[in-house]
Amino acid sequence: MTSWRTKVLPPLLAIIFSLLICSIALLISGSDPLQAFATMVEQLFRGTTAIDTVNLGCVYYLSGLAVAIGFQMNLFNIGVEGQYRFAAVIAAIAGGAMHLPPVIHTFVIILVAALAGAAYAALPAILKVTRGVSEVISTIMLNSIVGGIVAFLINPSQFGVLTGNNLRTEEIDKSGQVPGIPIGGATLFGFVFIAAVIGLAYWFMLNRTRFGFELKASGESATAAAAGGVSAKKMTLVAMLLSGGVAGLIAMPELLGRDFSYAITSTQNYGFTGIAVALLGRNHPGGIALGALLWAFLDKSAVSLEQVDVPKEIAVIMQGAIVLSVVVAYEVVKRADLAAAQRRVGRAVTGKPASVAEGGAV
Amino acid sequence: MSNPSPVVELAGITKRFPGVVANSDVNLTVNAGEVHAVCGENGAGKSTLMKILYGMQQPDEGTITINGEQARLRNPQDAINAGIGMVHQHFMLADNLTVKENVLLGAESLHGIGRKANDRLAELANQTGLNVPLNALLETLGVADRQRVEIVKVLYRGARIIILDEPTAVLVPQEVDALFDTVREMRERGFTFIFISHKLDEVRAIADTVTVIRRGTTVGTADPKTISSRELAEMMVGSELPSPQTRESTVTDRDVLRVSGLQLRAEGSDRAVLDDITFTVHAGEVLGIAGVEGNGQTELVETIMGLRRQTAGRIELVDAEGMARELSRLGTLARREAGIGYIAEDRTRHGLLLTQPLWANRILGYQSREPVSRGQLLDIGGARADTERIVRDYDVRTPGIEVPAGALSGGNQQKLVVGRELSGSPVLLIASHPTRGVDVGAQALIWEQIRQARHEGLAVLLISADLDELIGLSDTIQVMLRGRLVSEADPATVTPQQLGSAMTGAGEAA
Amino acid sequence: MSTVTDENPSATPLTVPAQPRRRRVPGWARGILWAVGVIAILSTASYLTGVNTLTSTNTAQTAFRLALPILLAALGGLWAERAGVINIGLEGMMILGTWGAAWGAYYGGVWAGLGAAILLGALGGLLHAIATVTFNVNHIVSGVAINLLGLGVARYLATLIFEPLSGNPRQSPPVPTFDTYSASFLSDWLSDLEAQQRVGISDAAGLINGLVSKVSPLAMIAILLVPLSYYILWRTRFGLRLRSCGENPVAAESLGVNVYAYKYIGVICSGGLAGMGGAALVLLAGGGGYLENQTNGRGYIGLAAMIFGNWRPGGLLGGAALFGYADGLRLAGGGTAVLALLYGAVLLLAVIVVVQLIRRRWVAAAFGVVGAGVLYWIYWANDDLPSDLIPYTAHFVTLIVLAVASQRLRPPKADGARYRRGEGD
Repeated sequence: MTSWRTKVLPPLLAIIFSLLICSIALLISGSDPLQAFATMVEQLFRGTTAIDTVNLGCVYYLSGLAVAIGFQMNLFNIGVEGQYRFAAVIAAIAGGAMHLPPVIHTFVIILVAALAGAAYAALPAILKVTRGVSEVISTIMLNSIVGGIVAFLINPSQFGVLTGNNLRTEEIDKSGQVPGIPIGGATLFGFVFIAAVIGLAYWFMLNRTRFGFELKASGESATAAAAGGVSAKKMTLVAMLLSGGVAGLIAMPELLGRDFSYAITSTQNYGFTGIAVALLGRNHPGGIALGALLWAFLDKSAVSLEQVDVPKEIAVIMQGAIVLSVVVAYEVVKRADLAAAQRRVGRAVTGKPASVAEGGAV
Repeated sequence: MSNPSPVVELAGITKRFPGVVANSDVNLTVNAGEVHAVCGENGAGKSTLMKILYGMQQPDEGTITINGEQARLRNPQDAINAGIGMVHQHFMLADNLTVKENVLLGAESLHGIGRKANDRLAELANQTGLNVPLNALLETLGVADRQRVEIVKVLYRGARIIILDEPTAVLVPQEVDALFDTVREMRERGFTFIFISHKLDEVRAIADTVTVIRRGTTVGTADPKTISSRELAEMMVGSELPSPQTRESTVTDRDVLRVSGLQLRAEGSDRAVLDDITFTVHAGEVLGIAGVEGNGQTELVETIMGLRRQTAGRIELVDAEGMARELSRLGTLARREAGIGYIAEDRTRHGLLLTQPLWANRILGYQSREPVSRGQLLDIGGARADTERIVRDYDVRTPGIEVPAGALSGGNQQKLVVGRELSGSPVLLIASHPTRGVDVGAQALIWEQIRQARHEGLAVLLISADLDELIGLSDTIQVMLRGRLVSEADPATVTPQQLGSAMTGAGEAA
Repeated sequence: MSTVTDENPSATPLTVPAQPRRRRVPGWARGILWAVGVIAILSTASYLTGVNTLTSTNTAQTAFRLALPILLAALGGLWAERAGVINIGLEGMMILGTWGAAWGAYYGGVWAGLGAAILLGALGGLLHAIATVTFNVNHIVSGVAINLLGLGVARYLATLIFEPLSGNPRQSPPVPTFDTYSASFLSDWLSDLEAQQRVGISDAAGLINGLVSKVSPLAMIAILLVPLSYYILWRTRFGLRLRSCGENPVAAESLGVNVYAYKYIGVICSGGLAGMGGAALVLLAGGGGYLENQTNGRGYIGLAAMIFGNWRPGGLLGGAALFGYADGLRLAGGGTAVLALLYGAVLLLAVIVVVQLIRRRWVAAAFGVVGAGVLYWIYWANDDLPSDLIPYTAHFVTLIVLAVASQRLRPPKADGARYRRGEGD
């Protein structure tokens, strides 16, 4: 059916196209593309790579969801990067400082993270709604600034603790940690299940609630939505806060499942990945999940490329190429789809291509 | 004149778009120095044909012959080079550029961009009655002046064959007369005009020949001096044109909408866009607002709907027991919930979500109410069922309700919107240009639905540029000029001429 | 800048004709007035806080140098948006430019580096043009994708080509930088004036000296590009057609303008300018090579400067100067200088509050008083600002300026709009 074609074809085309581009790049640098790709795929079955992929996929999934909430409304919350790091450091500090009974401790840390993320998203939201400041620029500024904030807070004079050679936050007690599931030699994050629940909630919100309807309507046509009673300002505010709240959870799987404290060297750039993954999955919870897994796979197996003397940055090029080509592919397919729908309307009304007055579109 | 030579010949023109044949084997022959009208209802394919003649579209089949030579018009520049100029229905002007820049764009090599150009511009401006400084920003011009700029654009490029696409849509009768005088005068000097219109009396007043297009194909040619309006209508739509006349009066004493002292200032300036507007609409009454576009009607409607915040004044909705509710503090959704239906003037930008299926469009504006919603949760089944009902009751031609709204024709889209806005038993309907760009069948149905609802006690605020529609449907008419309500008219006795002069401030309506 | 595809509904344009605007003071005169005012405030702040670096030659030179990438990015944004295409991808194009500049300069000297930077930036622009103009992709999405791609390509190429040379995949080997020139007579006289430490005159001397000493050819080219852009876009046929594509592309199409071509040209020039901005980071003193994360958001700050300048060349020059000054000051003067800048901001706010009171805008005046109070408290309560936050001074300033500068923004009317030939009306 057309809807399957619209949803699945573009990402598929994009991936194939990107494989082509990367092959060219590899050939130019003197490497063998097939060997490179084969190495990457093999890596998946070696050691803990598969479980690591799912774990990282869980993180990317949350990131993609956070960005997608904004995207539904044509709000480009590029600030997911800053929001998640801000929330991570705040939650890590708070979590390390508190000593509560098991499940409650975890729950409180997650809550703090979500609130911190929402708070960091509140500033660009308010600026956009009251002063019309582009959320793209304000969130990007805040993304840069968060580096300074994290450094400031992890400074030993503030909240940081010198552990070995690394400056990190106070470690979180076992009562706050989220237990994993040992599979083979690796541990699957328990947070994966929480992420799945959040994905479900996202789907439900979008398709079955009034808020989700208004969100999508605002994204498609702000003027029609306004005439239909949607308050653009309220939508922008709530969407940004929700997006920031979910963004706040991005660091949680690793923080509560593996690291238990946050350091200057803790991984960055998960926020930007969310943008790519949301675009790839076209803001659909299922699509985002697949995109997240694909991205995680590319990241995890790229390390294996060093064995065959290929710069691992090729994975980054692949990702960039996928993002660009998937959005192009979506446009092309969308246009073809509308034309097909018009043909159906025309045919259904008269049994042959219709003239205008009988219901065919012009 | 004996032996007039054809200056434009379109033969066998066919143009297909996905799902529709816009033009099918169209033939058109225009002789030199004549005013040739191309007549047809909304959506018959006239605009597409003219876009082909002006190079903005390419025909799938057929030939174009200009002055005896076959021509391939691949883009507007080719058409301009062939001496064809087009005055568009929706003006092709850039607000942030000056009048001079708008005219010179693309034609800078004709007379340069310095003194020679200024002189030529001044000359043409004089001829067309355009009295604005050439370096004025276009956004400061009113509608009639904008049309004059369009005409100057065409003349500046030395066009001899001029296409006028529905030029009278934005003009009052007096301005129409002035335009026709200009056209006649230019015809004497050898210009050829192709005049697109669906208004039969105008066509008979100005044209030398009429070609009728129906459902994308040529029906025939006629001499407007001898053919009657009725016969023309038969050619155009196959039957008599529907009339918006209402029969008996259903106006009651019960107030429904009370607007008092409404003021709206433009941001950052002291100019009043709405100036002390006061009126009342009663149950069972259609109050029509007449006015040239750009005098505040759109802003009035948007303020009543809550899309704009008034600077001062009150808007009250009165219920059946006489309790008045001040709307000013309520948002748009709350006003809709209070019982206001809204048919916006631009359905593609304010009425529909074009990529969403029809049942999703049914929810728009009603996302908090039965039958499509249960408060915060949507009732998709209910939305689907009610959309089926609207499709049935309002004769919306569509294979199903999963189709995206953008795939329907203009008339069917509007029928869907009207059906949606009349569901939920509104007490007040705001209808802004409800049959603009809509085919005759849909027009008749929409008028009938409005009449029916009015009979059942609905109060209607009607904005329209179509004076026949306004006079026919309204029980009372108010004239709006520069943000104020300046006079009232009785639809039973007023003529379009009188209304027209009141709309431009030239005189009082009876 | 509203990034929603349809206009912001609460600010839909009126259908009523606008009122003609009256320009009382010509643009260049207003610019000079603003410059004088700024120098006055800075010298007052410098005098009252005793921090000389606010107006020293060194600060001015650093500020000028750091303003260049922002200025070039802003010009890049201007060329694209005047043609109707929003270019968020300036950052990615700038990154490509930095790589190109290092590569070209290493193998062929500074001018080759400049050329390579422009070329690579323009390639990025071409990609953006293909996606947005030919395929109608949402402009912002495409820009974000180009940023990702630019980053990835630069990293890949750096690993491939620079690592063997420098041993570090994140850095290129050292490359030559542009020679600098000073107007020696003027510079000497101004240095003397500055050394005299006279209020007002020394400050002005210091600032102006920074602009005429140690100036590179690249800086001169960049500054010249501002009046050149104005001339091309507002006084030539080419410029009129390009601008019409950003105002009403369907109207332009109906008059025979090849809208696709002009949009392509605008976006490719935009990329080239962004690439040149990358060159300004690499090929000037303080640079000397490609470094990962060298751009640090300057592409976006350039966009902010363009918005601040209301999409006009003169205005964006002022914006670039402002953000460049913030960047230069924190580099040259450190935390104490930034604190002194806060003091200067308080003075500026005081002036603004007085103006608002005269105009009877009570609410705006109240906000100004609150803001001034907050800034003054920060100044008074601290001797030095946290060193972790200082590198982000320019980002803070950008944020605050965007939030505060409330003028009627006039972006090109069809900026960001989807256009397809033949689909008009």
